Amino acid sequence: MTMNAFITGAYDTAVGELPGSSCMALHAEAALGAVADAGLELSDIDGVLCAYSFSEPHLMLASVFCEYVGIHPGTCLAVQAGGASACIMIMQAAALVASGQCNHVLVVTGDNRLTGLSRDGAVAALSEVGHPQFERPFGISVPASYALVAKHYMHQYRVTSEQLAAIAVEHRRHAARHPKAQKREPITVQDVLASKMIADPLHMLDCCLISDGGAALVVSSRAAARDAKAKAVEILGAGQGHTHEHIVAAPSLVNFGCKTSSATAFARAGVSAKDIDVAQIYDSFTITLAVELESIGFFERGQAGVAAAAGELGLGGQLPCNTHGGLMSYAHSGAAGGMFHAVEAVHQLRGTADARQVRDAKLAFVHGDGGILSAHCSLVLGG
Amino acid sequence: MSALNFPLPTPNAHTKPFWDACAEGILRYQKCESCSAVQLIPRSLCEHCQSQQLQWHTSKRQGTVLTFTTVYRAPLPVFKSQVPYAIVIVDMDEGFRVMANALPDAQSLLAIGARVRMGFTSEHGMAMPIVEAVLPAVERGAK
Repeated sequence: MTMNAFITGAYDTAVGELPGSSCMALHAEAALGAVADAGLELSDIDGVLCAYSFSEPHLMLASVFCEYVGIHPGTCLAVQAGGASACIMIMQAAALVASGQCNHVLVVTGDNRLTGLSRDGAVAALSEVGHPQFERPFGISVPASYALVAKHYMHQYRVTSEQLAAIAVEHRRHAARHPKAQKREPITVQDVLASKMIADPLHMLDCCLISDGGAALVVSSRAAARDAKAKAVEILGAGQGHTHEHIVAAPSLVNFGCKTSSATAFARAGVSAKDIDVAQIYDSFTITLAVELESIGFFERGQAGVAAAAGELGLGGQLPCNTHGGLMSYAHSGAAGGMFHAVEAVHQLRGTADARQVRDAKLAFVHGDGGILSAHCSLVLGG
Repeated sequence: MSALNFPLPTPNAHTKPFWDACAEGILRYQKCESCSAVQLIPRSLCEHCQSQQLQWHTSKRQGTVLTFTTVYRAPLPVFKSQVPYAIVIVDMDEGFRVMANALPDAQSLLAIGARVRMGFTSEHGMAMPIVEAVLPAVERGAK
């Protein structure tokens, strides 16, 4: 099946600690890079979707961006769905081009969370996703919220900290193959368990990075995709799932919206989980990826960490996953964090992932999670 | 700690009855008069049938630990002196939910499925729910 939408351009900036970077400059670099990658001119872009920023927050970030780079598209809006933003932007861009409202939609994200905000500042800003009356007064943070999920999930399915740590270890192994990754030195399960406890059972190395960086894609209609020069990647399926925002109000601590979002995306693409060659799945914490992999149906309940320890998420494994190193080892700079997953999927499907290339990758799965496993969006992409 | 920087709850028209009751040592929850659904957290309309006929009821302050964590990395400077502190989500017997910290004696006994009793603590002059005690195992499962 088809969504009548194609990714024609993809680009991500350097990531990590980038002194001298700014939110808008990262947006601009990513945008120009993606447009150039597509072989298009900036004037070909007739739709712009942005997300959000912590270092330069604004009520109308997409308008700020268009003013900054000097473009005046017919469609311009911002999407705010936390870590699900990138996938939701791509899904929305697909709808815009498939319905004929736009030819080429630029989806662009970026933030200098690390140099622009400081680690403390980023942690504090993120804690504001907690409920102002029924969570934040008790000292909630994003890691603590995920720790609440982890504690329950591990209890329910007898998952160990060693098994979760294996997920972080495999991400670092992937990142070592990516010259741009923020963290490339190998780690062991023991390193993860010995790293500082953030919120029990999550250690520092169970958590994602805080980074500067930007990433963008161009999404084009079937007709307009012919104008693009680079190899287009087709958006075959997309779906969303939303169950709650605040963890205190989550209907379940084991079933989340990723089940619905992936089922919808697979059905739309006419494929199933076992058909996927490579996956790029939101990994804000080791537990995030474990819950998603198991809920989506890639592994049985309680088995994602076991599979990671057996190398099944590695190159040559059953499901090569987050081949760039993910949010845990590649980089995480706000909404761009999720966009890095999509950019990596494009590399894999174009066969340009160099040392990280999954052989004969034809079908990729990309997934974003916003909030505390609150907002989910899944994409199936074909090369 | 400065009260200025503490993220104290700011009650609104629909949550004020909850916070006012806390100040009197009463834990309240809402039940829908139309469909009988208990609301997980206070609100203006029923999360199941969207009726605005929500009635306040008094809880017996006992529940079961759904999950908990011990926080070592404080999200804000005002919490730094508190670490390590517990955050607990309690499924109350009446069907609503409470997130709260725990008194020191209770903190060391926390476990998923443990029966707990809620009490109140004063934070910068505002009464907030807290896990006051983990009940003896013999009482587990009892209502």
